[in-house]
Amino acid sequence: MVAQLTQFERRLALIIAGLMALCGLVLAAFGHRDPIGVHGLIILAAAIGTMFVVISGSFADVPDDSHLGRYYDDPIKVGVVLAMGWAVFAMAVGDWVAWLLAYPEMTFDAAWSGFGRLRPMHTTGIIFGFGGNALIATSFHVMQRTSRARMPDQLSPWFVLLGYNLFCILAVTGYPMGITQSKEYAEPEWYADIWLVIVWVVYLALYLRTLARRQEPHIYVANWYYLAFILVVAVLHIVNNLAMPIALASAKSFPIFAGVQDAMTQWWYGHNAVAFFLTAGFLGMMYYYLPTRSGRPIFSYRLSIISFWGITFFYMWAGSHHLHYTALPHWVQTLGMTFSAMLLVPSWASAGNALLTLNGAWHKVRDDATLRFMMVAAVFYGLSTFEGSFMAIRPVNSLSHYTDWTVAHVHAGALGWVALITFGAIYALVPILWKRQGMYSSALVEVHFWLALAGTLVYVFAMWNSGLVQGLMWRTYSASGTLAYSFVESLVAMHPYYIARAVGGLLFLSGAVVGCINIWMTARHAPGTAQDAVRDRPLVILASRSLEPGE
Amino acid sequence: MDLDHEALVAFAKSFGLFYLIALSIGVLIYACWPANRRRFDRAARSVLDDEGGPWR
Ligand code: HEM
Ligand code: HEM
Repeated sequence: MVAQLTQFERRLALIIAGLMALCGLVLAAFGHRDPIGVHGLIILAAAIGTMFVVISGSFADVPDDSHLGRYYDDPIKVGVVLAMGWAVFAMAVGDWVAWLLAYPEMTFDAAWSGFGRLRPMHTTGIIFGFGGNALIATSFHVMQRTSRARMPDQLSPWFVLLGYNLFCILAVTGYPMGITQSKEYAEPEWYADIWLVIVWVVYLALYLRTLARRQEPHIYVANWYYLAFILVVAVLHIVNNLAMPIALASAKSFPIFAGVQDAMTQWWYGHNAVAFFLTAGFLGMMYYYLPTRSGRPIFSYRLSIISFWGITFFYMWAGSHHLHYTALPHWVQTLGMTFSAMLLVPSWASAGNALLTLNGAWHKVRDDATLRFMMVAAVFYGLSTFEGSFMAIRPVNSLSHYTDWTVAHVHAGALGWVALITFGAIYALVPILWKRQGMYSSALVEVHFWLALAGTLVYVFAMWNSGLVQGLMWRTYSASGTLAYSFVESLVAMHPYYIARAVGGLLFLSGAVVGCINIWMTARHAPGTAQDAVRDRPLVILASRSLEPGE
Repeated sequence: MDLDHEALVAFAKSFGLFYLIALSIGVLIYACWPANRRRFDRAARSVLDDEGGPWR
């Protein structure tokens, strides 16, 4: 890790860690009466740990220039491992939450393990911990390969990756202590938010600096999606988290917006978090790993550009569909609804583009579970965007809102699309990173695939059923015009579905554990391959290869 | 200028409409421009074999 850094980078790393240790110390000292003090200690510990690693690694010789002829993959490896670790942790919490909904006594009488605190641990851990690390790791791979350029320095990728994980840790450790600003998917408080802004700016700069080193004039489309993800998430994060702390030594802050403005800002953020965190970045993944894994160029490059701009323009306006039948002006709701319906076009264009790329290579999909992960992900992407556009229609939303139908939609997208495309990408990436012929066991990839698919189907069907039953029970009237069912009766009706969902989640989680074992074994045990020889091909051949016949 | 609700609605319903249409047309022209075809084809194929190592 440290051995790859130049002397200057090692010093800079020490200075940064030293500054962070100082910040942590200040927070811990002045905030010792507040939960922020605990976070100060966590920051201090992380910084001291980093300093320790840097100092002990600094005795290694400074690297010569030979490594500059290779891509810089070390942070990608760590990113993949972190992503899988977060996946297992956050899915385990998610499954706990799922059992908790069926058996409320499973809080075990502790304050920190209530539904309201475990749930954001699940959502933050899975979206930001798992999804975010997977996006950062794959983006480091894609940006270097498509630009055919090594990252411009060795320090900033580590800063981005580790700094981002510090943010995730601050978030997830805050909830059990009761730290939250009560905005869904933006729960972390002001100091963690400021830290994320710093990390994110470095991330954007790193991406742009790598692209600036590219040889080709044209930037491959996957990069556009990753860049949209980085850029828009920065804007969303800053605007939605504008807040005033009650004191510098306190974790608590209040947002600067109030009332329906606050709600609209939050769901403009919330929906675009879905769009640019859970969709755009993962589409970037799909546009790179699906063609490379199947060995076929994307079906229509033009279509990928058109759908890119369609998605970026339309999503920005769709957030108000989360606030149907609220104090939000009616025309704003209608605007969101209209744009949500239009979103179906670019969404299906992307899903169709992916599937048409595979047309003619179905035998590969049959034989290769990694490619199958990506294929099924594209199908679920098409499915959940269709469902979303449908649920955004106001009268439909009057049935679906507040019910488990939303949860079904979320997890059709999250399990079926986000998680499956990520697993596919990781299985394609791991052998490349560790220079292996393939994964340690393709049978285990197969096992993971079927566990994941079964888990997704069980989860989603259970929640569709329960959501519809709930929604219909709440709007069934008796002959005398009163509600036919009490709320508790609808709750009792949910019980079997909640158990089914928790079992589905367990299947999905065990698939992820199998994946972790397989990745570990690949990294540790499988023999090295001829890939090394390929990689060390002289540059002359590389240069001539970039001129294809017919150009 | 008084930025009240009415003013924002008027702005959204006029400028908002036209700038989105203009952007859409721009994107369609860029994507379908015949001269871009070679560049796109090349980009689409370029990712298939890129583990060779960086050019710098
Ligand atoms: C083992 C697999 C999983 C299980 C058992 C699980 C379980 C749950 C449960 C029980 C809830 C709370 C639902 C409620 O409030 O009624 C939830 C919410 C949520 N989960 Fe998961 N989950 C899993 C995987 C994932 C993944 C992979 C993602 C994202 C990539 C994800 C994203 C979310 C989100 C965004 C919510 C909030 C939904 C909303 O507010 O409507 N989950 N999950
Ligand atoms: C065309 C695309 C999509 C549209 C129009 C759309 C629309 C919607 C609608 C109408 C809701 C329910 C809002 C409510 O009643 O409160 C919703 C919720 C949600 N959707 Fe989608 N959706 C789309 C795609 C996706 C995808 C691909 C994901 C990926 C994971 C996703 C994740 C979510 C999440 C996490 C929520 C729950 C938000 C909450 O916490 O309440 N959506 N979406």
